[in-house]
Amino acid sequence: MTMLRIFDVSGSAASAQSQRLNTVASNLANADTVAGPDGQAYKARQVVFQTTLMGEVGAAGVRVSNVVEDSTPGRRVHDPKHPAADAQGYVTYSNVNPVEEMVNMISASRSYQNNIEVMNTAKSLLLKTLQLGQS
Amino acid sequence: MQRLTQALDFQAQALVLRAERQRLIASNIANADTPGYAARDMDFAAALREATGGLSAGQIAGAVPAAQAAVAPREGHLALGAGVRDEPGLLYAHHSQDSVDRNTVDLDRERHSFADNAVKYEATLRFINGHVRTMLDAMRNPNQG
Repeated sequence: MTMLRIFDVSGSAASAQSQRLNTVASNLANADTVAGPDGQAYKARQVVFQTTLMGEVGAAGVRVSNVVEDSTPGRRVHDPKHPAADAQGYVTYSNVNPVEEMVNMISASRSYQNNIEVMNTAKSLLLKTLQLGQS
Repeated sequence: MQRLTQALDFQAQALVLRAERQRLIASNIANADTPGYAARDMDFAAALREATGGLSAGQIAGAVPAAQAAVAPREGHLALGAGVRDEPGLLYAHHSQDSVDRNTVDLDRERHSFADNAVKYEATLRFINGHVRTMLDAMRNPNQG
């Protein structure tokens, strides 16, 4: 059944996009965290998408193949009064770029919506196919 | 008997191909953010001609509306060279704009194709329904009213 595969394909894409949204949420939540006692601040995380075949050729779904950490150095601010300041008086914040994350968030939510719409269309077409020959 | 079912067979093939194409476009939309993904589509007219064994639509009574929907060849598609996901009848889309991650999905085009294909799928369904009703009417006993 060709049309039923659409639910697998779009469903996999929707779950991949929601995982992306999840990482965006955790990045934004940690945008202002400072380095802990080990000197390591939070690193921004990004998901990596990969095409995966859903049983047959032509039905290409998506999966999250990897979650990578952004290795750019964190923001350093001179604030000697801060309890987390190091010997030179610098505080290391996480390397999250809020602007990038917001863009990422909008893109993920639009893609999510697209896939839901695809599933809705496929569903209504399938329901009409079920009524074939009746009425 | 064959004359009764011939037009129905044609529409049934068209319906199967429409469903196939719907799935392809759904895959493209699903992979709109996947790096390196190449958008796929099919040449519907050629696929239908192949599936119906070279019968031109005009030879089959009642098949004209669907055939008109199927004729227009789609612009902006490349024939396949040697590809990893090679499948007969499938084409790779031209890039409309190059992107850094080598993804060739053009969401505007895919959404347009998706809506277009959904409407034509439904049209094919209605043709089949109409044909079935016509045949049932023809079989009904006139004396029963």
